[in-house]
Amino acid sequence: MIESQTPALQISQLSKTYGDHFEALKGIDLRVESGDFFALLGPNGAGKSTTIGIICSLVRKSSGSVSVFGHDIDADFANAKRYIGVVPQEFNFNQFEQPIDILVNQAGYYGIGRRVALERAERYLKQLGLWERRWEPSRTLSGGMKRRLMIARALIHEPKLLILDEPTAGVDIELRRSMWEFLCDINQRGTTIILTTHYLEEAESLCRNVAIIDHGKIVQNTSVKALIKQLSVETFVLDTRDELVSAPEVKGYRIAHTDSHSLEVEVVSGQTINPLFAALAEQAIEVLSMRNKTNRLEELFISMVEKKLPETAA
Amino acid sequence: MNRNEIWIAFATIVTREVRRFLRIWPQTLIPPVITIVLYFLIFGNLIGGRIGEMAGLPYIQFVAPGLIMMSVITNSYSNVVSSFYGSKFQRNIEELLVSPTPNIVILLGYVVGGMTRGLGIGVIVTLLSLYFADFSIHNVPVTISIVLLTSMLFSIAGLLNAIFADSFDDISIVPTFILTPLTYLGGVFYSTQLLSDFWANVALINPILYVVNTFRYGFSGVTDINIWWSFAMVGLSITVLFSITLRQLEQGSRLRS
Repeated sequence: MIESQTPALQISQLSKTYGDHFEALKGIDLRVESGDFFALLGPNGAGKSTTIGIICSLVRKSSGSVSVFGHDIDADFANAKRYIGVVPQEFNFNQFEQPIDILVNQAGYYGIGRRVALERAERYLKQLGLWERRWEPSRTLSGGMKRRLMIARALIHEPKLLILDEPTAGVDIELRRSMWEFLCDINQRGTTIILTTHYLEEAESLCRNVAIIDHGKIVQNTSVKALIKQLSVETFVLDTRDELVSAPEVKGYRIAHTDSHSLEVEVVSGQTINPLFAALAEQAIEVLSMRNKTNRLEELFISMVEKKLPETAA
Repeated sequence: MNRNEIWIAFATIVTREVRRFLRIWPQTLIPPVITIVLYFLIFGNLIGGRIGEMAGLPYIQFVAPGLIMMSVITNSYSNVVSSFYGSKFQRNIEELLVSPTPNIVILLGYVVGGMTRGLGIGVIVTLLSLYFADFSIHNVPVTISIVLLTSMLFSIAGLLNAIFADSFDDISIVPTFILTPLTYLGGVFYSTQLLSDFWANVALINPILYVVNTFRYGFSGVTDINIWWSFAMVGLSITVLFSITLRQLEQGSRLRS
């Protein structure tokens, strides 16, 4: 199986300069293995959408190479494009067309006949909860439905690599969860997924590997687990039953008193938290609940992108 | 893509284009028909009766081919320019750009879509003109081939305009300031024999003069110019515009960042 041996995506020395001066990408290298669920993270303007645009042929690269399952996007563009399904950030379908037509037309552009296209359209529209709205003009769909329509459209030719550019932006929590389940399901059935998102919880929950891009450069490219291991300090919030007037003293822990019923405790990587609870119990402080102050990946992301830690790209 | 897949992609674009103009028929089919009926009423019946003959033909028989060709030209052009620019504006052109559909298939798909509307309107207008004037077709191959080529030429021109357009203003500039004046000065309503030698020679740089006269020749056998020269001009124009448009699509400029 050639596809399982070759990477889903191989990017080498990819650069993009807009106009004469603005370097959106500065020679990035990236490899995404077949079957991976991969997160591409970065602040606004970091180069995520430019990278995706180049992979999908919507942006012309300045230099470098991109291959999808071994097919170069320049030399073998037709085969490379067959492997890619893309869900862009902005709605980019004809708002006057009906969902069923949008899907069947998209299949047609890949040379898929109408009978097969209709079967697939029915399957994906049902899976994504749009079947009942298939004959309505797509402009009448809600924001979440439009986003799901773009996912169905990206899947209609059954790509091996699905690229989603902030697919859950502006989507309510319930719908976001159902989209996560759907994406996990298609990933488990063999589709490689690359995701950009601002919800770092999303990346931590779904993705196995991650690259962080900033100012057109990859500043991290590793597994989500390895990345989280780099987190030296985690902050937990403890909610207490009784009112506290100050932070308790516990040896080995930095504790801050944030309000009358909560404390913030910094725990160094590898440090156990059993002694903390024992010490609090000795001081008759009952803890009702405990949670991370922020998403762990978010803490790392902020430290890398805002504090500009030294690059450790793979 | 293999041949079958290419055919499916082409048929998909054409079908989508045809369904688009049929879906918005009050905008695409009714206005040109009303306009042409008014032309026939005013220039054909009301004024035409007083004009008498033009180039040896009753005036209504003289203007009818020009009016039919005028509707073919404007509808072929406007269908492609509005559809393609609309796709650029809504960004759903990206659906095609990310697909493996070859650029030449995209080009041909839009052009055939434009030709379908242009020729469809041409047929409707021809049928309507029979109510106002009696005429037969003098040369069927010339009539059919020139109307097909003209429709193709202006569909390609509409696509090129849409590729270069950055705003809705840009897609109305060419029809308003170039196409309409050239059409009115292109021998639809008068014979160049009425012009002085100087203006008759100036008229020869107007491409619409050639297609209108050739089409009129197909209907009545009357023309101000050599029809073979006309076919050569139209063929050359199609080749040049087709090459430029395909190059634009291949390079992706104005379509890809």
